[in-house]
Amino acid sequence: MRFTFDWLKEHLDTQQPLAAVVEKLSMIGLEVETVEDRSKALAPLRTAHVVSARQHPDADRLQVCMIDCGEDDPVQVVCGAPNARAGMKAVFAPVGSYIPGIDVTLKTSKIRGQESNGMLLSEREMGLSEDHEGIVELLDSTEVGTSAAAALGIADPVIEIGLTPNRQDCAGIRGIARDLSAAGLGTLKSVQAPEIDGGFESPIKWQRDFSTGSQDACPLVVGRYFRGVTNGPSPRWLQDRLRAIGFRPISALVDITNYVTFDLARPLHVFDAATLAGNLTMRLARQGEKLNALDGKEYTLDDTITVIADKIGVQAIGGVMGGTSTGVDVETTEIFLEVALFDPVRTATSGRKLGILSDARYRFERGVDPESAYWGAHAATQLILDICGGEASKLTVAGDMPSWQREVVLRKSRVLELGGLDVSGDEQVGILSDLGFQPVDEGEKIRTTVPSWRQDIDGEADLVEEVLRISGYDQIPVIPLTRKHTVAVRAWSSSQRRESAARRALAARGLTEAVTFSFMKRKTADLFGFSNERLVIDNPISTDLDVMRPSVLPNLLDAARRNADRGYTDVGLFEIGPKYTGDADGQQVTVAAGIRAGNYGARHWCNAVRPADAWDAKADALAALEASGAPVNNLQITDDAPPWFHPGRSGCFHLGATILASFGDIHPKVLREMDLGTNAVGFVVNLHNVPDGKKKSSSTRPFLELSPFQAVHRDFAFVVATDVAAGDIVRAASSVDREIVADVSVFDVYDGEHVGEDKKSIAISVTLQPVKATLTDEEISVVEKKITDAVQKRTGGILRG
Amino acid sequence: MVDLDQFRADLLAQVATADSSTLESLRVSVLGKSGTVTEMVKGIGRLPPAERRDAGKTLNKIKNDLTKAIASRLKFLEAAILDVGLSEDKIDLTLPARAAMEGRIHPISQTVDEMVAIFCEMGFTVAEGPHIESDFNNFTALNIPPEHPARQDHDTFYLPPDEYGDRQVLRTHTSPVQIRTMVSTQPPIRIIVPGRTFRADHDATHSPMFHQVEGLVIDETTHMGHLKGCLIEFCRAFFDVESLPVRFRPSYFPFTEPSAEVDIGCSREGGRLTIGAGADWLEILGCGMVNPHVLKNCGIDPNKYQGFAFGMGIERAAMLKYGIPDLRTFYESDIRWLKHYGFMALDMPNVADGLVR
Repeated sequence: MRFTFDWLKEHLDTQQPLAAVVEKLSMIGLEVETVEDRSKALAPLRTAHVVSARQHPDADRLQVCMIDCGEDDPVQVVCGAPNARAGMKAVFAPVGSYIPGIDVTLKTSKIRGQESNGMLLSEREMGLSEDHEGIVELLDSTEVGTSAAAALGIADPVIEIGLTPNRQDCAGIRGIARDLSAAGLGTLKSVQAPEIDGGFESPIKWQRDFSTGSQDACPLVVGRYFRGVTNGPSPRWLQDRLRAIGFRPISALVDITNYVTFDLARPLHVFDAATLAGNLTMRLARQGEKLNALDGKEYTLDDTITVIADKIGVQAIGGVMGGTSTGVDVETTEIFLEVALFDPVRTATSGRKLGILSDARYRFERGVDPESAYWGAHAATQLILDICGGEASKLTVAGDMPSWQREVVLRKSRVLELGGLDVSGDEQVGILSDLGFQPVDEGEKIRTTVPSWRQDIDGEADLVEEVLRISGYDQIPVIPLTRKHTVAVRAWSSSQRRESAARRALAARGLTEAVTFSFMKRKTADLFGFSNERLVIDNPISTDLDVMRPSVLPNLLDAARRNADRGYTDVGLFEIGPKYTGDADGQQVTVAAGIRAGNYGARHWCNAVRPADAWDAKADALAALEASGAPVNNLQITDDAPPWFHPGRSGCFHLGATILASFGDIHPKVLREMDLGTNAVGFVVNLHNVPDGKKKSSSTRPFLELSPFQAVHRDFAFVVATDVAAGDIVRAASSVDREIVADVSVFDVYDGEHVGEDKKSIAISVTLQPVKATLTDEEISVVEKKITDAVQKRTGGILRG
Repeated sequence: MVDLDQFRADLLAQVATADSSTLESLRVSVLGKSGTVTEMVKGIGRLPPAERRDAGKTLNKIKNDLTKAIASRLKFLEAAILDVGLSEDKIDLTLPARAAMEGRIHPISQTVDEMVAIFCEMGFTVAEGPHIESDFNNFTALNIPPEHPARQDHDTFYLPPDEYGDRQVLRTHTSPVQIRTMVSTQPPIRIIVPGRTFRADHDATHSPMFHQVEGLVIDETTHMGHLKGCLIEFCRAFFDVESLPVRFRPSYFPFTEPSAEVDIGCSREGGRLTIGAGADWLEILGCGMVNPHVLKNCGIDPNKYQGFAFGMGIERAAMLKYGIPDLRTFYESDIRWLKHYGFMALDMPNVADGLVR
């Protein structure tokens, strides 16, 4: 919503400076978005008289002009505008002034040998429009040497507020003035238009034709016929105001409708009566009816849209836009004025459907003051008669004034209890009546009517807000919000703590956290088991983002590809985020997923570089599992990872029947489909499946018993068949003499020629930790024997000779 | 009898000049089993008893002195050899060390952690909810009925209609978690809700997915003074500016009444944005007292309970705090961006550490 400072003063009697008004507007809920003070920005630009203009001796298209800009001596300027001529009044920029449209500060210059001491400006150079056909021509009566901005009627500061959808009243300048006066910034002027009866019956009558269910599409419409009007240019003051808020003046009648729309938040329309056939009817459109609207486009209508029709057909879209064929022009002498009430929801829906954002729609969808059907007609009548002359008919009316009257009760104590501000009952009553309410003080309570222009007020909380915002939110004392418990309450739930711990652990392992979209491309999702049609987005912003992701991996692989395209092939990324298996509660789960593409780590002079492999992914998965509290020593490993992993180089971690994680090489086919020109491994940890740790009754750790006897390390190498799992050897060795076998680890795997066909050698290191006494050689031999026996029994492995 | 003093002096002189190869043979020739001194000690028994004592004493001293001298010479020679070795053993210190790989935490996660650290000091706990929501939770329960103009501003993503024609939405804000919490718990309530939100809008300043943090306090007495206290403290702590000006302007949201927008002070002097006292204001969040209709929709008696709610964009807060210029870059996973704007793995925000990096 835009308006000028002077226009505001039409309704508000105030001595306050612009800055104070701007500050107050924001603080009462009318947020100022911009203030444009062109008189300041264009201050150096003066009005000037072109005394003479002669052809430049050395350039066909240039003229050398002598300019009288109110100084003693005329100034010479070289000008290329085709319309520059002796005798005209123009806008002159002296040397040293800043030209906003071309971002230049002027200097004295020589153009083809002729000195030029300034510039005559076009609208584009002034930053007013894109018009660069010629220089601005001022009226002949313009006084020379004065402010060009003032001469153009754009000196008045323009204020733009971002209007919240509830404030129907402030879609008009009068409403804004009322709020400001209530807030103490001036007095609201009385500008009641006289009720004009009219001298003759309108030859065009209003009719309404709605079915029972759609009566409220247009409950009331008022009209009036004018004859003998002259639709010339509107007066200067009116043109200036409209131009300042971004309108190009068109004709007196069009300008008047725009003016009333912005001045009083009362959209209205004038038809050229000569173009209308018979009476006008408010009705819903018939399916497929068409209208050429004032924006030059043809619209096809449906039966939910309110229209204004004559005998021939639709002539306007109710509350949205008029039609071309019945619009007024300079020839128009007979007009019909329409002042209607339209249903906000229907107007909004129609406007959206048709894609029309008009000033009328903006107001009708917020709700227009119902009483304005009458006072709006009178206000427009007065302007039309004053400016265009002619004679007004009696009003023609169809429908009834909707009932808008209602009462709301405010308990005075609520302003303090809910709003935190102590405002006396008298002040509360005063604020409400300044805003146009009619409050009655009933002691503990205030009972009040709600003004017709405040349909947004429907309860006590709304009245508390009115009192608070006019008193000023800045007056509300600040009270700290203190926590109620001495012992810190855990802010995170257990699942959130798992996510947080996994995040930090994965980053500590060298993976970088990404945040990628929850949606992705269907074609890619299909590679990762997308199967639920309920997760296809109905209205995606692009076909690349049309389904909810079934896995986080594809987004990370895509990211790796994009990084590779930029020259970064070796990346490790992870994301802690949702995957979606259905649209019901509980079908969105949070996983920790990660990938490593290309090589593991950077090339380094003392380490050989190697591709990231499944064991990196396994380590990543284990790190996330351990951080999130999974019992990593009790997990079983299986080779049944989902099909987007390499069938032989991937696996899962199970806890009983629950799959806690999958990991491994990404399937080469998936890499190819996703256009990844490099190897990649990945993992997914199902954080939601990680069991919550047992609630501990105290923070005390179990007692630590440290053996005083020296530990002994023994190495064994077993030759086994190639399909024997190393884990089985470790498990067999660990099962022996649990009291003293403290640790078993694999330190070598060899499958070269020395161990024979289909064989491999696996070497383990076993730590024996005696607890009662130092182990004797015999005792050690006994344990060694048990270990080799156990491994042989379980895996067929024999000690390598 | 030889002159023992001279004998001793000669031997010590030989030790003092011996190198590492001659020192050991010198030791053997003097102190070995048949070394000169050893032989002389053996000869003491043949001396007349009156001389034995003095001779023994003298020879013993010679033996001790020589032993010490040899040990000292040996140490000296070894040190010299080590020095020579060390002087030849030099590495190129400019070669890069074996670096552990360093990952980074995304600025969104770090910002959420910072926010949680501040709000948990005020007794908030973290709540969450699903991204796929019912139309009721996302709109209707929040006092946004089907025809409400505010619905149009939300650019909602829809999922396919079910058999009854109802369509689930991707939540357009974190506010449905307010509804879920109020429906399932009795006041007092004090939660914050960080999470993903979705709007069908994609341009320089809008992303189809972004993050919000929502706050909700419901009890019997909390009013706008507490709302101001809570959010002023948050803004100052989050931006780490003790004197940060914070102002509350009346505004409109369907789910709060009265409603406010919160601005923080800033300066744009010289084209550079600085958070703190300055000539300008920057809008940072929206808030208000929970609308009685919303309480009623959740089965909470608005005559007994009241409280406030607030919501803000996490990316926007991160952009302002850390000077990140472009919203869209948050989701591009450009490794260069992540390394530059990301945070260290072990840098978990907490109040003790301060909340600015």
